[in-house]
Amino acid sequence: MTTNTTTAKYKQTSPTRRRVLGIILLVIAALIYFLFTRTLETGVQTTYRMVPGGSEQELPNWVFNSLPMLNVMAGLSLVAGGYQLARGFNKRTNLVLGLVGGMFIFSFLTWATADGSLNLAGLLRSALVKAVPLTLGAMSGVLCERSGVVNIAIEGMMLTGAFVGALVGSLTNIYIGLLAAVLAGGLLAAALAVLSIKYKTDQIIAGTVINIFATGITSFLSARFLQKYQHLNDPGRFSTIKIPILSDIPFIGPIMFHHNIFVYAVYIFLILLTVALYYTRWGLRTRSVGEHPKAADTLGINVFRTRYISVILGGFMAGFGGAYFTLGSVGRFDELMTAGRGFIGLAAMIFGNWNPFGSFSAGLLFGFFDALASKMAILKVAIPSEIMLMFPYLATMVILAGVIGRSQMPAADGTPYEKE
Amino acid sequence: MSEKEKKQDTKKKNAGKIFLEEVSKSSLTVTILAIFTGLVLGGLLVAVTTVEVYQAFDISFWEGIKTGASAAWSTYEALFYGSVGNPGKIIDAIKVGEAEDIRRAFNPFFDSLVVSTPYIFAGLAVALGFRVGLFNIGVEGQLYIGAATTVAAAIFLKGLPAIVHVPISLLAGFIGGGLWGFVPGLLKATTGGHEVINTIMMNYIAFRLSEFLLRGPLKNPEGFTPVSAPIEESAQLFRFFKSPIRFHIGFFIALFVAYLVYLLLFKTTWGFTLRTVGANPRGAKYAGMNITRTTILAMVLSGGLAGLAGANEVMGVNHNLALAFSSGYGFDAIALALLGNSHPVGVVLSAILFGFLRNGAIQMQLSAGIPIDIISILQALILAFIAAPAIIRTIYRLKEPDIDIDKVTLGGWGGN
Repeated sequence: MTTNTTTAKYKQTSPTRRRVLGIILLVIAALIYFLFTRTLETGVQTTYRMVPGGSEQELPNWVFNSLPMLNVMAGLSLVAGGYQLARGFNKRTNLVLGLVGGMFIFSFLTWATADGSLNLAGLLRSALVKAVPLTLGAMSGVLCERSGVVNIAIEGMMLTGAFVGALVGSLTNIYIGLLAAVLAGGLLAAALAVLSIKYKTDQIIAGTVINIFATGITSFLSARFLQKYQHLNDPGRFSTIKIPILSDIPFIGPIMFHHNIFVYAVYIFLILLTVALYYTRWGLRTRSVGEHPKAADTLGINVFRTRYISVILGGFMAGFGGAYFTLGSVGRFDELMTAGRGFIGLAAMIFGNWNPFGSFSAGLLFGFFDALASKMAILKVAIPSEIMLMFPYLATMVILAGVIGRSQMPAADGTPYEKE
Repeated sequence: MSEKEKKQDTKKKNAGKIFLEEVSKSSLTVTILAIFTGLVLGGLLVAVTTVEVYQAFDISFWEGIKTGASAAWSTYEALFYGSVGNPGKIIDAIKVGEAEDIRRAFNPFFDSLVVSTPYIFAGLAVALGFRVGLFNIGVEGQLYIGAATTVAAAIFLKGLPAIVHVPISLLAGFIGGGLWGFVPGLLKATTGGHEVINTIMMNYIAFRLSEFLLRGPLKNPEGFTPVSAPIEESAQLFRFFKSPIRFHIGFFIALFVAYLVYLLLFKTTWGFTLRTVGANPRGAKYAGMNITRTTILAMVLSGGLAGLAGANEVMGVNHNLALAFSSGYGFDAIALALLGNSHPVGVVLSAILFGFLRNGAIQMQLSAGIPIDIISILQALILAFIAAPAIIRTIYRLKEPDIDIDKVTLGGWGGN
């Protein structure tokens, strides 16, 4: 109840929120100026390499004087902050906030690489790759929660998908392995669906049960078989496919269109899911079941069936995301290898406001910080990578608290439906 | 009077039947049957994943069943020996009378109690949250932070007598964990941000933070690995026996804390407020109870209890802080709080059960070669049956219970 009323409050941009955001923008401008600009000597240069490692494309490095660039960034942020305070960007507030946030990160990188060089293209490419499992996990969450079933078992489903993909992939081939991973995710999702829809178990507890079970069964079977018989844990990997024409686009091509099928699948699923959710009858029904099941039921929509279908589809998606770890990334299953990515996927879903493209943006942002944290050592900057890696979690909490903007969840999310 | 007597009379006539009916309705029966069913399914899993069983099936069907049953039996035998002790060895050791051998024979039992101790604290943390309608998944993180603050207090305070140093270190753990519970509590109470997400996030922040601390401020200056210096001897919890028995006073502290939580929840006005907010937040608000304050304080207390679990591990068992030292006490605690129906007594009993399972499983892995992860599977199965009692009631054809007043309910995603 409280959530709904506060959400409604934030819908119109209130003057307080406008001012708070304006001040945040000004603070960013000040930070860029005082943290970065003031600590640099004049004449230092920043070098960005524009081609990721392993690509044949040839692009000259981007070399520029660090100080003027930083001043421009600080100035732009200042202007944005001033305008926000005076007039307000209204609908475009979040966009501007994102842009200024991006400028802050860019300034930070420019400052950190002053007098050195950084492979910008490589950083962005690895951010995209790291966003893949997060986005697939988040889309699994979107599918389940849009129909009103909370899925915190994404982690468990992904782990199971990774395991089954590796095992079946080793026994047959990677394509059947991938299919088996997808089905395994669906099977766990079916268990979640039965527990939460039929038995009306608390959905968070049901999800926790599945997470514990998935952790146990994958580690158990892995210790029992995969470690003993190495040939059962050698599925191989999907090879990289270069998309003709698109991969030749300068800068963007090697970053976006030179990957294995999992990255392309993310592009396709993003579009498919968005279209399905917002432009088809099925999507409208699913969303109505998630928002107001009783009304949907009155109109003749089968609430239970709709939920079963969405949750199991979500399980397929999570299983597919899990297969990425074994068949798309390392080519081998290790115990607990998803390492909490399912939970970050859940966070990306919330951050992305329960919609596919939002989830993808959040996934990219989290992936970027992950990629950046592994580069911190090279940059020799005083921020420890552990602190850097806290960012996605902190950001999620801030978003959830509604300081910067509130995400709006499906109204009936987490409530079992009782037919009268 | 006569009517009453008549009633008692009819009761006497069908005492057996009525007893059976009551047993059938009771939630304790469901709990016991859930554990039993979980163990049976676990044994089945062991049998199904044993290669020898399939070879035996090639000989004959009966041989296959026999081999499967013996595989399951030897697993649980190893589990029992690992958690309680091998009765044969105990009798032999007592006959010979060598002190160290006796200690060694009894060691599995005491070690199980040592493992149960953090489970009691962590289980109480989750249970307290459940009673207030809060799902604290962040126990693991609070436990880490509690351990870190305890270690800080136990290393950097020097020259104190144990009678002062031990309580101070415990308190430090309570405060550290409490702080980690305070943040999601505050966010829940003031902004409605769901505690499940926030505590999961706080978990990861805690892991990163303790990683950072162990590579920086808390790292043992003399070592190269991310491990803290050993804590001062004055901050160690008292051990009752000589090595190898690690049984320490923490177990009794845990029991005492469980008693305190019981008093708090069921014998004080404030505990009544807590439970009312959990059972019926709108009713509580209507009755003039301060939900904001209750939520925050409950999360602080819950986090503090989790912090005590960390403090207990550091002060009683490890005597230093290492990366990933907890390995899932906080997550198991969710299962055991549910198993104990979020009642302190239930929590203590299930914590002891979990402690025996976990300690036995370590030995089982060594002697029978069954991976320790089987206990996660057992936990998940048991928990599933507890959470959906309808499954157990259908399998065993139990009667539907009368309305269960003591059932703990949680709010959905969006809070209440």
